[in-house]
Amino acid sequence: MTTMTHVLTDSGTLLHRNLLHMLRYPALTYFVVGGPVVFLFLFVFVFGGQLGAGLPSTGGSDRAAYLAYVVPGILLTAAAGTAGGTATTVAMDMTEGITARFRTLAISRAAVLTGHVLGNTIQGLIAVTLVLGVSVLIGFRPNANPIEWLAAFGMTTLILLAITWLAVAMGMASKSVESASNLPTLLVLLPFLGSGFVPTDTMPAVVQVFAEYQPFTPFIETIRGLLLGTPIGLSWLWAIVWCLVISVIGYVWSMRIYNRRSVV
Amino acid sequence: MNTPAIHAMGLRKSYGDLTVLDGVDLHVPAGQVFALLGPNGAGKTTIVHILSTLLPADGGQASVAGHDVRTDADGVRGQIGLTGQYSAVDGLLSGQENLQLMARLHHLGKREARARVADLLAQFDLTEAAKKPLATYSGGMRRRLDLAMTLIGDPRIIFLDEPTTGLDPRSRHTMWQIIRDQVAAGVTVFLTTQYLEEADELADRIAVLDAGRIVAEGTPAELKRLVPGGHIRLQFADAATLESAILQLPDASRNGDALALDVPSEGGITSLRAVIERLDAAHLDIEDLSIHTPDLDDVFFALTGHSDTERTPS
Repeated sequence: MTTMTHVLTDSGTLLHRNLLHMLRYPALTYFVVGGPVVFLFLFVFVFGGQLGAGLPSTGGSDRAAYLAYVVPGILLTAAAGTAGGTATTVAMDMTEGITARFRTLAISRAAVLTGHVLGNTIQGLIAVTLVLGVSVLIGFRPNANPIEWLAAFGMTTLILLAITWLAVAMGMASKSVESASNLPTLLVLLPFLGSGFVPTDTMPAVVQVFAEYQPFTPFIETIRGLLLGTPIGLSWLWAIVWCLVISVIGYVWSMRIYNRRSVV
Repeated sequence: MNTPAIHAMGLRKSYGDLTVLDGVDLHVPAGQVFALLGPNGAGKTTIVHILSTLLPADGGQASVAGHDVRTDADGVRGQIGLTGQYSAVDGLLSGQENLQLMARLHHLGKREARARVADLLAQFDLTEAAKKPLATYSGGMRRRLDLAMTLIGDPRIIFLDEPTTGLDPRSRHTMWQIIRDQVAAGVTVFLTTQYLEEADELADRIAVLDAGRIVAEGTPAELKRLVPGGHIRLQFADAATLESAILQLPDASRNGDALALDVPSEGGITSLRAVIERLDAAHLDIEDLSIHTPDLDDVFFALTGHSDTERTPS
């Protein structure tokens, strides 16, 4: 019982540390929010008129139709974008002696990593919320009821937890701080290779198969369905399964490195 | 306390083809300062990492405070503190926040934590800088904070990996004083250093590590005795006196072109008196006399067989 309480208090202590970092070093949060907002403006105001013309007509303008279509994809880009920041902060932490110090303490091995994961998930939720806010400012109108909002929030949290666990492992696996964000940056491409920006049935056969079976398509379809009432089907189930699988892979991978690795 | 603070037998570690530790035995009684001395790349840091549970050894056995480092790592962790070669402080937090973080991780109660943090800040002369970001700290201040963070959980054994490397002489002396205070309070100190002076100054026992093996171990005095090189240097006023003195002292060797002779000696009073009496008897005046005992530098060079080897850092 005491071990369990220690895991919780230690994770809380280290979460507190990571949140302080976020306040002291807000540049990362700006960066994580800034990228998706640029994408949003680019896709809505530059490509939106043309891309919207290809969507099934909803009666409004093509640009408004595309805005509604693309926002869930942009939100997932924001979620995927947090991975780069997470991996960088983790890699930075691993080169600092402080992580070695934590490993010589009689604290739960998982607590250090859990602190990182929770801190970055909170940062991700803030980023996604800010991007959603900007979308609403430029005319995005979700029609979700409170239950659907709550479900969307829960789904986003699960997705962020999964992405963050994976990013923590990637950050620990990287050889240097500079290269830490290389691999996670590829995650940002996944919403593009899914149903985030254009419907998958407009893609060539090979790409279409990839798009339909990769995790971001059920993520996007679930969020889109919850916010806008489009059909979700079994996407929610796939989304949850993917989240669990990715989280477990990230957890096991990062714990292995954490236990093995010495300083520098 | 009869359990030795640290006991290790046959520690081995290699990375691929590179053997870092090649069978290291260590025995450190509780309450002592033990210095591990060695050139860069000798394997000092690797030993510290194995003993402090950061790194598993490939072979051999080690226990710290009676707990096996492999099978009871948490038992070891509860008793030790480590101040590594790389500053183990959180650069984005203030000094006080760093200490509070450590106090929380040691599960100190709120009131106890506050008192302990304030104590350590005062003891390490950091009270004034407590709330400032670490970016404003000097190297010495960071190192003191680092050590304060190590001490917050009252460890019985502390590992200090090159604690004064890169510090100015004043900060180094401050650090030494802090270490002596810890020993006075009954803490066992395991210290690595490349500075012979530091080992001589602080340690009860010294082990010399070279290329992954302990090549000598003993008290500073014992180690110095291992190496010949002690002598009495006699300075004379003129060449004639010098020549006469050589006839009296067959062991003596000339010291270059100077009007000086070196007489081998272990530095004892008896041999000194013998030399002076012999010259007195021959009515030869000594202008100046000095006694040279081997220092740890001599020991170090004699034992490791090289003066300054740069290999892959441990």
